[in-house]
Amino acid sequence: MDLTYTPEEEEFRARLREWLRGVLPSLPPKPSPDDWPGRRAYDLGWQRMLYDAGYGEVHWGASPTVRLIFLEETERAGAPYVGANFVGLLHAGPTIAAEGTQAQRVRWLAPILRGEQVWCQGFSEPDAGSDLAALRTRAWRDGDDYVVSGSKIWTSHAEVADWCELLVRTDPEAPKHRGISWLAMPMDAPGITVRPLRTLAGSAEFAEVFLDEVRVPVANRVGDENDGWRVTMVTLSFERGTAFVGEVVACRRVLVELACQARENGRWDDPVLRRRLGRLNAEFRALWRLTQWNVSEAEASGGVPGVGGSVFKLRYSHARQDLYDTAADVLGAESLDLDRPWVLDRLSSLSYTIAAGTSQIQHSIVAERILGLPRGR
Amino acid sequence: MRFQLTEDQRALRAATRQLLARHFNGEALRAAVEAPATLDRALWRELGAAGFFALRLPEAEGGVGLGLPEAVLAFEEAGRALLPGPLVATHLAAGEVPGAADGSVVVAAVDGGGPAEWLTQADVVRGDASGAVPLRSVDPLTPLHRVPGAQGATDPVAALLTAAEQLGTAVRVCELAAQHARTREQFGRPIGAFQAVQQLCARTLVRVEVARAAVYAAAVTADPVDIAAARLLADEAAVRGARDCLQVHGGMGFTWEAEVHLHLKRAWVRTHRAGENTESEEMLACDLVAGEA
Ligand SMILES: Cc1cc2nc3c(=O)[nH]c(=O)nc-3n(C[C@H](O)[C@H](O)[C@H](O)COP(=O)(O)OP(=O)(O)OC[C@H]3O[C@@H](n4cnc5c(N)ncnc54)[C@H](O)[C@@H]3O)c2cc1C
Repeated sequence: MDLTYTPEEEEFRARLREWLRGVLPSLPPKPSPDDWPGRRAYDLGWQRMLYDAGYGEVHWGASPTVRLIFLEETERAGAPYVGANFVGLLHAGPTIAAEGTQAQRVRWLAPILRGEQVWCQGFSEPDAGSDLAALRTRAWRDGDDYVVSGSKIWTSHAEVADWCELLVRTDPEAPKHRGISWLAMPMDAPGITVRPLRTLAGSAEFAEVFLDEVRVPVANRVGDENDGWRVTMVTLSFERGTAFVGEVVACRRVLVELACQARENGRWDDPVLRRRLGRLNAEFRALWRLTQWNVSEAEASGGVPGVGGSVFKLRYSHARQDLYDTAADVLGAESLDLDRPWVLDRLSSLSYTIAAGTSQIQHSIVAERILGLPRGR
Repeated sequence: MRFQLTEDQRALRAATRQLLARHFNGEALRAAVEAPATLDRALWRELGAAGFFALRLPEAEGGVGLGLPEAVLAFEEAGRALLPGPLVATHLAAGEVPGAADGSVVVAAVDGGGPAEWLTQADVVRGDASGAVPLRSVDPLTPLHRVPGAQGATDPVAALLTAAEQLGTAVRVCELAAQHARTREQFGRPIGAFQAVQQLCARTLVRVEVARAAVYAAAVTADPVDIAAARLLADEAAVRGARDCLQVHGGMGFTWEAEVHLHLKRAWVRTHRAGENTESEEMLACDLVAGEA
């Protein structure tokens, strides 16, 4: 067991740190959360800067450890978050890299890395959430196209996306897991209507997407026809396995800020609150160690993250909610003011036990796939 | 960075598990419960011969010359097997108290203000045990004494090895819970197919993996704050895990016959060893503001 990095890795870290120190001060101010076009431009601009500086491929070209260092350092330096690039960089990209044809890789990967495309994820439907394989959006073959009709929901960033990783049913007769295909759908195709949904945090973070005979070329299918469920599992393992790494670093920073705040407003003197902060420190330190453990494991086995991602996601999503609830206790009544720091974070943390698979579903995954308990339901 | 067990570490863990399976299996455990407060001296010497106590002693001094990570793996196995005795105190005495290293001498310690373990059977007691009063110990396998005025600085290594034992307990109760959930049937199906039971088991596993990462990392860094964090998570994993395991066992879990209560009681005992949780929490809280001022 070893927690030291190789000289090459340390060199990468030093170079990145140096570069961040140079570029971060000159970044334009962050657009307001409601300014979607502004946020899109900002997030893509940041990705372009990373690409031009040679850090574009870090999400799927580099080793897991280098990627870990990248996320740690960017977060620590307060660099922009992946934002609108989340789906493209953290799961559509890796999925296409792992499952796409050579032509598909050429077509989509470089533009994602260069910050030219925003992707969204069209998996969930009104009647297919936890039971994702129950999805009903249909795709008929018509010449070289699929003709797609149905609707998707909770599609994050749909309003500003160029592409959508879309799950469709290509064989309605087959058992539900067998008749699904994974398509890349251009969001400007005729027949697509996006209707923003307001989240409990007040912003339009996600949307409903209605699909009325949208034509998607057969060439845009990643993986075989009706083999989309397997491809989806690859996508989800990236989503759960590696997408949260940088956030743990961010949470540790928040915790230090909270302690300072508590000292300023006197709540630090309450031993119960103080010890709660101490316990959260233990929690996020341990989650960081688990991250390092999982990354080392991925590196050893070379490839797609395993079900260990569910272990991490379960604990992390609850810890994050705990963190911001504690922040509210540090703030006292000021936690009712949306303009105070951490208040919006507290609201958005409520989604963590739901998005990317609810905690209830993750428990079943851990029980059945890791502990070998019999299948429920 | 290769934060994974090396081949040698895997081998050490497997060898320790085999040794304990040979000398302290379920039968021996039951026998120990029937003969409370007597330490199996033969087993203690076996452990000594296998290098359990001298693991971190330099080879020049007759030890095995390994480090904290290896000690943590061995103690995890001891915890998993529910091995009784003042393991940590004797391990820490190796090289300082003659006979501790090879297991011919049993060493107990008075530390940190918690109840002292195994004063009854120890050949040597480190620390001031004067005025010690026996308790009716909740753990049938660990005799305890209250020692008035006992306090003193907590040894971080003692805390880390205790955390390693707790991790072992957490691993074991997770195995026991899953085993039972796979085989016990109600309503015509294994209870493990019911989601409420799956949740109990899954939570246990998640706590194990988080604690494991924290304990192993603390063994690598030997940093007192890392150790405090590892301690908190390992205590939680052991105590909560044992309770949930008991729940999964239903009425059988509440009996003396089932092994679960022994794990829970030992886990409780260890939470009072080498400094308490509040102490770790305070240390971790201070760490958050250590950077400024
Ligand atoms: C902020 C946010 C962003 C999202 N972004 C996207 C996106 O970009 N693209 C996308 O496709 N989806 C997205 N989602 C959707 C998300 O994946 C689903 O919300 C999630 O999978 C749950 O599905 P559901 O909302 O239909 O809830 P349901 O499945 O209806 O679940 C409701 C409740 O029942 C429980 N439940 C359901 N089935 C079971 C079961 N078998 N056992 C135990 N409990 C069960 C659930 O745990 C939950 O508590 C997003 C969600 C959120 C909150």
